[in-house]
Amino acid sequence: MSEIPTELRFATSHEWARLEEDGSVTVGISDHAQNALGDVVYVELPEQGQLVAAQHEAGVVESVKAASDIYAPVGGTVIAINSALDDAPELVNQDPYGAGWFFKMEPADVEELTELLDPEAYAEICEAEEH
Amino acid sequence: MKKNAATIFELGKTGRGAMAQRVPSGGTPANIPESQLRKVQPALPEVSELQVVRHYTNLSAKNFSIDNQFYPLGSCTMKYNPRGAHGAASLPGFLGRHPLAPEAVSQGFLACLYDLQEILKDVTGMQGVSLTPMAGAQGEFIGVAMIRAYHEARGDLERNEILVPNAAHGTNPATAVMCGYKVAEVGLDASGDVDTEALKAAVGPQTAGLMMTNPSTCGVFERRIREISGVVHDAGGLLYYDGANLNAILGKVKPSDMGFDVLHMNLHKTFATPHGGGGPGAGPVGVGERLLPYLPVPMVGERDGVYRWMTEKDLPQSIGRLSCFMGNAGILLRALAYALMLGREGMHRVGEYATLNANYLASRLEKAGFELAYPDRRATHEFVLTFSKQAKSMGVTAMDFAKRLLDYGIHAPTTYFPMLIAECFLIEPTETETLEELDAFVSALAAIQREAQSDPERLLSAPHDLPVRRLDDVKAARELDLVWRAR
Repeated sequence: MSEIPTELRFATSHEWARLEEDGSVTVGISDHAQNALGDVVYVELPEQGQLVAAQHEAGVVESVKAASDIYAPVGGTVIAINSALDDAPELVNQDPYGAGWFFKMEPADVEELTELLDPEAYAEICEAEEH
Repeated sequence: MKKNAATIFELGKTGRGAMAQRVPSGGTPANIPESQLRKVQPALPEVSELQVVRHYTNLSAKNFSIDNQFYPLGSCTMKYNPRGAHGAASLPGFLGRHPLAPEAVSQGFLACLYDLQEILKDVTGMQGVSLTPMAGAQGEFIGVAMIRAYHEARGDLERNEILVPNAAHGTNPATAVMCGYKVAEVGLDASGDVDTEALKAAVGPQTAGLMMTNPSTCGVFERRIREISGVVHDAGGLLYYDGANLNAILGKVKPSDMGFDVLHMNLHKTFATPHGGGGPGAGPVGVGERLLPYLPVPMVGERDGVYRWMTEKDLPQSIGRLSCFMGNAGILLRALAYALMLGREGMHRVGEYATLNANYLASRLEKAGFELAYPDRRATHEFVLTFSKQAKSMGVTAMDFAKRLLDYGIHAPTTYFPMLIAECFLIEPTETETLEELDAFVSALAAIQREAQSDPERLLSAPHDLPVRRLDDVKAARELDLVWRAR
């Protein structure tokens, strides 16, 4: 059973989003996603300042099994990227909700967060996929 | 077998060489400018002829290949390449022919290509075939480029999207993007067929076409293909057939009857020419009436028994030329020889036996306790097993089974593809294996299953009997290092 922190919101495409105190939103992929992908070998991040619409591609994560698109869970501007992943993509496997974060956004409409899945609903999706 | 062979550079000694192989020296050619001449000797290996022979013979013995082992690699159709086809393509008249030789002295060669065009038209139901694409990826690219040219020629410029079922090969969306299209994915239903309701919702005036592999990479034949082609055609789009799995239906079903407008064929899979290790390939394209004017050149035409090259002059709307000459001519000749050896009778036995062998394996493996991904569906030429249960209960994955199979002298099936199915094998035995070989494969997997229960470490640390043990593919990807350097 994968770890699902209660303070996060999730997209059906397995990204997580966390609303920070300063109003920004941090984005990464879930423990379930990193587990399904296997060892991550490369992460392509968006550019700082890039505008991304919700559910649009904002990067790529590549593991020994597959390359998958990363979608922005909410729309907005990319204000920071985790460049540590360039040299250490394994952080995504080791600490998906911490050091393995992908990028931070300034959301265009913070209300979009409420359209994402809460931890219980996301747990159901993971459960279904594991069968 | 020696486990760790040195590179050929490490075998060398300064001044050693093979005098018998030396090119007669005429000194430095006078017409090379000084600035272009080497100042430093190139770092070439200095070895004896016998060292070279042993080195490469030993390397070749490490190969896993269709000539050595059963090779049930799903979606790749690793079948036997008859030596007769190779022999025919190696006739001195073919080998010695200059690619710029005039038509008058190339009638035999041109006739061969013309006959192959006609055979491929017949077996796919298409109106025209161009043999020139150098491989499947180029055939795909040119197929979608023709769809684009067709829409543009009609002034229909709003179509900017290609639909791709999510079981597709990765090359399909890649091709669409290379041709300037957006990609929209269409999902599958639980039985592995395209979700036609989702398709109906996805088509519209933006739809340029749909790219599909049928049978799909899930190893099942799309049962509603006529409905699907109707939906796409009604929306004004065209249908592209990815020929990767043509082997399953060869001589039995024509892509034209399913409603496809354009396709590519992987002759290096379906028409038993060697492949793997990077080619060479051949990816001819076939088209229905609407795309005929756009076929790539050169093609071969015939009038009153005289053959000639057809170029941009004959086909002014042609999408153009893909290479200097005529694709990979040697592969085309092998494919023609293969097709002629089979004949019309034999051609449909390819699809029949490929399908029979896959269903026999699927049925025996299911009885031996393995789990089929689509147990209610008849397999086509390939089928999917899932090792999800073993991964959960015993901690051994599909990859561990695959690596252990190598110790049993069997090439691993395709693993972790299609990506829709967890812990999977995609198994394609092809029509060229004997019953005994298929039974040996079932026995090997059953034996590995027993090992997984009694001694899982045996799987986790496999392979044990090959020149190299389990490779660290994560390290290889993260710290890619391809160049040998002298220490």
